[in-house]
Formats: sequence, C-alpha cells, structure tokens
Amino acid sequence: MNKQEVGILVVDDELIVRESLGKWFREDGFRVDVAESAAAALRKLQSDCWNIMLVDIKMPGMDGIELLQRVKQINKTITVIIITAFASVDTAVKALKDGAYDYITKPIDPDYLDHLVEKALKEQQLILENQQLRNAVSELSTGGDIVGESPEMKKVTELIATVAPADTTVMIRGESGTGKELVARAIHNQSPRKFFPIVTVNCGAMTETLLESELFGHERGAFTGAQFRRKGKVELADGGTLFLDEVGNVDMKTQMDLLRVIETKQFTRVGGSEIVHSDFRVICATNKDLEKAVKVGTFREDLFYRLNVFTICLPPLRGRKGDVAKLAHFFLEKYARAMNKPTDGFTPEAMLALKAHDWPGNVRELENAIERAMVVSNGPTIEKEHLPLQMMAHSTVEGRKLEDIEHQYIMHVLAETGWNISRSAAILDIDRVTLYHKIQKYGLKRNQ
Amino acid sequence: MNAIELQPLADAETDLLQVLGTALQDTFHVPVLIRTDSLPLAQFYDLVRGQYNSTEILHFIDASRRSSPHADNPHPQKKVSVVAITGMDLFMPILTYVFGEAVLGGDVAVVSYHRFRNELYGLPSNRRLLLERLCKVAIHELGHTLGLVHCSFQHCVMHAASYVEELDLKGHEFCPYCRSSIGKSTSARR
Repeated sequence: MNKQEVGILVVDDELIVRESLGKWFREDGFRVDVAESAAAALRKLQSDCWNIMLVDIKMPGMDGIELLQRVKQINKTITVIIITAFASVDTAVKALKDGAYDYITKPIDPDYLDHLVEKALKEQQLILENQQLRNAVSELSTGGDIVGESPEMKKVTELIATVAPADTTVMIRGESGTGKELVARAIHNQSPRKFFPIVTVNCGAMTETLLESELFGHERGAFTGAQFRRKGKVELADGGTLFLDEVGNVDMKTQMDLLRVIETKQFTRVGGSEIVHSDFRVICATNKDLEKAVKVGTFREDLFYRLNVFTICLPPLRGRKGDVAKLAHFFLEKYARAMNKPTDGFTPEAMLALKAHDWPGNVRELENAIERAMVVSNGPTIEKEHLPLQMMAHSTVEGRKLEDIEHQYIMHVLAETGWNISRSAAILDIDRVTLYHKIQKYGLKRNQ
Repeated sequence: MNAIELQPLADAETDLLQVLGTALQDTFHVPVLIRTDSLPLAQFYDLVRGQYNSTEILHFIDASRRSSPHADNPHPQKKVSVVAITGMDLFMPILTYVFGEAVLGGDVAVVSYHRFRNELYGLPSNRRLLLERLCKVAIHELGHTLGLVHCSFQHCVMHAASYVEELDLKGHEFCPYCRSSIGKSTSARR
C-alpha cells in the first residue's frame, strides 16, 4: 500500500495532540488531516476517504465512543484506534466491543504507534485482497457456462438452485458430454462451501490401486516410488466438495472404501494408520445405468443409495435442439474472446447444419466443433465448410452406436493434430489419461 | 540548503558538535557553523514528565529567527538550516519521547543524544556508537527540513527509527531516491 494513498484522520480536541500526531504521520509520508471534534470528523468523513482514524475518547459534545459507533455505521472498513488519557479497562473494552481496532494511552510510545499503524494497514490490505478475491470467485461462480432456455435446462437450473445450499449428496446423470462437471461446479459455487475447493476425481481413468492412492493419499514408503507423504483428493476436499466423475467405473474394493469415508468422513492414507478427518460434500456423476449395475452386482447397492440422494438428469443435446443455436453463439463468443478473433456469427447454411446434426457427443461435441470452426475460418463468419467434416457426413446417428461415433471422432481429432496427445485431449476436453484409455479401448493406431 | 548552523542547547558537549559538524559537511557539502552561545532549556522543561518539550524548542528557535531574520543569516535568499543539539531527553506532547524533531520543509530541527548513550540501557559506554547515532538522527532531521518524509528502504538514513537498535541497523546516507528528491527540493527552492 503506497503511504501517500493512505489517509489518516486525527480527531482530538487538544490542538497539541492534533499537531503532534499530524506531524508524526506526515513525516511518515501519509496523507493526514485533523479534526477538533467528532462533528468535524464526521464532516471530513463525508468529504474524503480515510483508512485510519485516531480518536480521542474524551471530547466535549460527542465523545470518542459515540464517534466510533457512527463511523462504523457509515463505513465498517475504517480502522479506528482509540486514544485514552488513562488505561481505563472499562472504556477500552467498550471501545473494542464497538469495533475499535485497538486503543493507546497518552503519552504514546512512538515505536508502538508505528507498529500499530503498520499492523492495521497490513490487515486492511488483507481484507481488501480477500474482498477482491471473493468478488472474483463470485463472478466465476454464477454458473454462467450453463446455457439453455429449453424447459429441460430450466428444470436443471432450478434443481441446482434447490440442492446447492443443502449439504446433500448429488448424483448427476447424463450422457457423455452433456456437462455433468459443469453442473457439479455450479452446485459447488452456489453452496456455502464455495470458498473451499471442489476437487475432481476421474474414477474412470485410474486403476484400482491408483484410484485408492488418488482418493486417500499415501504415506512415505507405502509402495515403490512413494518417496513422500501425499495428500489424497478426499483430504484436499476438506471444507469443500468432492466430485466423483464416472463413479460407475469404481471397482468393488474402492466402492467399499468410498462408502466408509462418505459415511464417517474419516479415512487412513495408504500405508498409514493415522485416522484423517475431512469434511466434504459429495457430488458424483455417471453415464452408466447404475440400477442395472446394482442388479448384476458390479455396483454396491448401499453405495448407490448413499450417492443417489438427489438426482439431476441432464438431457442429451438432441433432446433440446432449441438450445443448439444459443449454445453455438455462446461458444462462438467464448472462442472469439480467447483467440482474440472478431466474429459476426454463422451463415444460415452453417446454422442449419448445426441444428440438423444429432450431436451424439452432446454439448462437448458442439463446443469442439465451434472451436475447430473458429480455428479454420479465415473471415469473421462461420460457414458450413468450417464445421467438422464427419459432422456433415453423419448428420444422423440412426442405427449407429455412441461408441462408433466416439471412436471415429477421436480418430479424426488425432489425425488432425498429427497424434499430438496433449492437443487432442484439449480439443476433446478430456484428460490425457482418458485419451490413452480410449485409444487402447478402440485399438487406435497411428497409421491406421 | 546553503548552510547548516549547529546550535548547542544547555549542556551540549562541544567535542560532539565538532565531530557532528564534520559529518554534516561531508553529507550535505555545505558550510557548517557551530555556534558558541548556548540556549538555556529551563523554560521547556515539563515538571510532570521530567523531559524537555521539543516542539516548544522548535517554535522558540523558529520564532527567534523570524523576529531577527537577518541577524544570523546575512544572505536571506539562501536557506540556512539550524540543528539544535542537546543531551537532555526530549518529548513531543503526545509521544513518550523523541530522538529529534524538525519542521517538515522548514529551517529548524532539534536532536537529543540522551537516549543514544549505551549506559541508559545498562551497557558499557560507547562514544563511537553515540556519535554514529547522533549523526544519523541529525542527518535524518535535516532531511525533513529539506521536505523528505520517511523512507521504506531500511538502510536509508530517512528510514524511521524509534529505538536505538533500529537506528543502528540503518545507514547514515540517503538512498538514491531520497537523494534525488533532495535535488528536486533544493532546486525548487531556488
């Protein structure tokens, strides 16, 4: 904080005190003014900004305590330091209760005064930074990325608003690419836990042992390569939200561990015996038919009921075609900003093609299509030719499996990027591990 | 600033003033005059506090200079800063003590070396340290008369120090920023 920007107002009926303190702070480089009474101080409060007020407790007319109360009504952020002639515990306690930062007795130790002011300014700086961060978080937490005016999406938005303030476990269901993580973040960001982290665990991308270590952390020497103690995602989510993505892919052993930690909020790190507590809310997502998995015995029934307290089902994009245009424009503006590339929208043909497509990859596919179109377009208008070719070729998915389309689309993106895994994963909006998993699953090869 | 005048107060030790005079001359590169007449301090003594009121001392010296402006300064267009030196303990009315006080952008400063004596803190006497502290505070107060405020650079002589340990940590020279500010301030006055 630049000292010249810091305003200090000295309020005392004694001229010598006003002069001495005024001079002391001026020599320190602060912007200083003095007031001979509480009334004069209140006038100066209206006309200028003050960071710190040094207020004499005993003044004719309105005293320091009353002035303190008035100041706090007007502006809570001003630091008020009370000056007393005698160390009176009663008045000091009263002043502190009324919001005074501290009190000092006359005559003042210059060293103490300097440190008190320095401490108060540091605290103000922290409060200011905290406020700025909170504002930034609030801006991010408005859930603005959930776009859609269809009745289905309005229902989803209502459900998010309903469940967010409660600490209830939420299960988000929907096809791949429908925005399950976005909904999880919106719930977290509208919940009282929003100032704590939301920690995502992609359960589908890990082996049994890796997932266990990822969830619960490990102690040093727990296994080969565990050179340091590492906190798990459950521990990192303390105070916040644990988002279990693709929870349907969790193996039976980890399902049991998960159930225990969700119920007790206690666990031990891999290779450790110390009980660790973590206060977290669980949101999970799946595109699997968990009821069927329970029936066939691949998913624990008790865990299913523990997770399936409040369900939000996300409609596939083909089920809310009315939102395609709005989403397309939303992504167009998003990437225009990101790429610093001016745009004036889509040609009617391009928009028709977007609306005609069935979007098996849902919103993620649409977003990727727009991003790609922005990259390949030379002018400000997105034309039909700029849209991904396979989208043009397969404007219907009748008789085709989702897996076939995913297989083909991944192959297409890999070919476009020259098998650059990081870039392909970014375009597909999945992590690299998932991409490797899918490459393995579909048996994709470079020169295929 | 075109010249500095050292004004002893009451019991100020002459040999200290001589060393201080040389240090100030080296720092500011202006002539330093050490006055031989000593100002009595009795009228500035506060019976309750057992200390001398630095603000009143400053007002007194300032008023004396204004009432006979040319008596001590034959070239009134030139800035002559007066630093009064005493071995007595000083206070500003609201503060428990001060090492020194100056009129910000004015011509008068007062410095006490009372608290620079090691004996006050139960330590063996150290004349060199006392002189070092005195020089630092006198340069600091003269800096205020040149319009400088406290500097955040810890080694700059304009860094605020309200206890001797802090005083010992800082240097006796102006940092480049304060030095350049003095240049501006003096040229502005001219």
